[in-house]
Amino acid sequence: MYRYDEFDHQFVQERTAQFRDQANRRLSGALTEDEFRPLRLMNGLYLQLHAYMLRVAIPYGTLSSKQMRQLAYIADKWDRGYGHFTTRQNIQYNWIKLEDTADILAALAEVEMHAIQTSGNCIRNVTTDHWAGAAADEIADPRPVGELLRQWSSLHPEFSYLPRKFKIAVTGAPNDRAAVKVHDIGLRLHRNDAGAIGWEVMVGGGQGRTPMIAVTVRDFLPEKELVAYIEAIMRVYNLYGRRDNKFKARIKILVHEIGAEKFKAEVEAEYERRPEQTTHVEEKELQRIAAYFAPPAFEKLSRFSPAFEEAKLLHPGFARWARNNLAAHRVDGYTIVNISLKPEGGIPGDATSDQMRLMAELAERYSHDELRVSHPQNIILPHVKKDDALAIWQALVPAELATANYGLAGDIIACPGMDYCSLATARSIPISQAISRKFADLDVQEKIGPVKINISGCINACGHHHVGHIGILGLDKKGEEFYQITLGGSSAENASIGSILGPGFAGHEVADAIEKILTTYVKLRQPGEEFLYAYRRLGPQPFKEALYAAA
Amino acid sequence: MSEVEKGQVMTANRLRDGEVVFLTRSGEWNEKIDEAVLALEPQATAALEARANEDVKATLVTGSYLFDAERVGGKIRALHMRERIRTLGPTVRLDLGKQAEGTGGAFAFKEA
Repeated sequence: MYRYDEFDHQFVQERTAQFRDQANRRLSGALTEDEFRPLRLMNGLYLQLHAYMLRVAIPYGTLSSKQMRQLAYIADKWDRGYGHFTTRQNIQYNWIKLEDTADILAALAEVEMHAIQTSGNCIRNVTTDHWAGAAADEIADPRPVGELLRQWSSLHPEFSYLPRKFKIAVTGAPNDRAAVKVHDIGLRLHRNDAGAIGWEVMVGGGQGRTPMIAVTVRDFLPEKELVAYIEAIMRVYNLYGRRDNKFKARIKILVHEIGAEKFKAEVEAEYERRPEQTTHVEEKELQRIAAYFAPPAFEKLSRFSPAFEEAKLLHPGFARWARNNLAAHRVDGYTIVNISLKPEGGIPGDATSDQMRLMAELAERYSHDELRVSHPQNIILPHVKKDDALAIWQALVPAELATANYGLAGDIIACPGMDYCSLATARSIPISQAISRKFADLDVQEKIGPVKINISGCINACGHHHVGHIGILGLDKKGEEFYQITLGGSSAENASIGSILGPGFAGHEVADAIEKILTTYVKLRQPGEEFLYAYRRLGPQPFKEALYAAA
Repeated sequence: MSEVEKGQVMTANRLRDGEVVFLTRSGEWNEKIDEAVLALEPQATAALEARANEDVKATLVTGSYLFDAERVGGKIRALHMRERIRTLGPTVRLDLGKQAEGTGGAFAFKEA
C-alpha cells in the first residue's frame, strides 16, 4: 500500500504550520490578496462562487480506508457533508472557510495527505491508470514511476515557476485509462520485440482552449533514464515556453509552434549535455519506491467462482451490475469493482460522507484496505474476491452506489460548472442530470453500449469534453447559457479530439439532442460496433441530419 | 409591482469564510441581496466602488465587483445566471447555500 516516506511526513507538517501563519497574516491584513493568492493556491485553496474551495491531492487516486474516513470526517466537520471527486483523481470541498483551512490541512496531514501540487504553475501531482496493480492487461504497475517523478518534482526549485501548470500521466497497460495522450507529458509502458520493457514518452498533449494530441519524442526509454530525460524536456520548456500570454504558455503550444521535430532535437541536445553517471536513477532507488506499491497478499483461488456464478443467476440486478461494473483482475478469482458515482439524476463525482464511510468499510473488509479514485469520477475497489462481489453489491444498493452504468451513457463526466466554479460560463451538472434521466432505463443504456459523454462548463475543459465520444461544452452567448456538441473524441490509446457538429443548443434542448445522436447511431451501427468506431466510419453527416435537418 | 429599475450591485466574498456579500445603503456588507444598494447612476456606482476598495484594503472582503441587477416589485434580481447562483446557491442543491439558510434572494430556483 502506498505510503509517505519520512521526508514527506516532516515536510507536510512544516507546510501546514507555514500555511497557518500565512492565513493568519492574511486575516490580520499583513498580506494583501495579491500576495496571499499564490500562497493559498500552492496549498490547493481557491476562491469560488459560494466560498473557498479546497482541492486535496490523492496521489494516483490511491486511498486507504483510514484516509477515506478522514475525507468523510472533513466533509462533516468543515464542509456540508459531501465532497466532489474530480477528473484529476482528487477531491474538492466546496464550502470551505479560510479561517478553518489550516485545521483541515492538519487533519489531512494526520493521514499523510495534503493539498500540495494541486494548483499553481508547477508540476502537478502525477496521475495514473486507476486500475494500476490490478488490471489484467497491465504490463507493470505504473505508480512507482509516478511516485519517482513526484519525489523528484515536488517543490523542485527549477520547476516551481514554470510558464504554466504541468501535468504528467502514466499508464502501464496497452489500454490507456489514464488519458496519457492529452497530458503535457504522457508515459506508456510497453514491450519491445526482445521482450524488454521501456517507456514511450509523449509530449504536448492537452485540452483546454487549444486541445492537442501529444507527439512521441522517444519510443522506448529505459526506466532508469526517465528522470533525466524528463528533466531535459522541462528545461527546454522552461527556456522556450511563452510567458507573455497565459493562453499560449502550455508546452503543447511550444511543441506546436516550433514543430515536433525541432522540439525533439532541442530535448535531445539538452539530454546529451547531461553527465550520465549522476543522472540515472539507481536500481535500488527504483526498488525502494516499488516496495511502497507491493501487491497485497492475494490468495490462490480458482478462476471460476461457483458462488459468484450462482449469485448472478439468483439476482438479475446483481448480474447486470457484475456485467457492467466489474473488470478483469490480473489474479485468478479476483475482480475489480467499479462503484458508480453516477446515480440517475445525480451529480457526477459527488459522494456524501456516509457513502465515503461505507466505501471505506467495504474496502477494509473486501479490498485489502484499498480504494481508488478514477478520472471518470468513480470509486474503485481494486482487489476483490469474486466470492465477495455479491455482499458488496448488497451493501451498495441501499446507499445508491450500485448503479450498473459503468462506461455507459449514464456514466457522465461533468465538471462542477457554474453551480460552483467561478471560471465557468455555463452549468454542467443540470445537463448531465437531464441526460442521465433521459437514459434512466438501463436496458436502453446496455443496448447503446459503451459511450463516453463528457461535459465542461467552460473552455478550460475540466470535464474533458474534447475527448468525450460525445462532448458537450457550455458557453455564454449574450448572457445566456448555450451548449456546443462535439463528436468523435477519445482519451484512450486511439486518442482524438472531437469535432463540433453544428450550431449549439439551449440547456433544455441538450438531452434530446444526445438522444437523437444515439438513436441515429443504433440505427446505423454494424453488429458489435461501438459508438466511437461507428462515428469514425460514418462521419458527422448522418448525425448532422438527425439534429439539424428536421428543424 | 410593475416598476422595474435596472442598475448595479456591489458584491465580494467575505475574507474569513468566503461568504458572498453585498454592499448595503449603510455601507455594510450583508449576505442578502435584498439588503443591497441598487446603484442607478454612475455617481452611485463610483461611491460603491470607493467603499468596496476601502474594505478590500481593510481585509474585510476580497474580489469585489459590480454586477447588473434589477429591482422588481421591491426585490433585487441579478440579471445573469452566474450572479443569481451566487445570491441563492447551487441550482442542483437547493438544500445548500443562501437559499437553504433563509438568506437567499426572492427569485428562488425551482426543483428540476
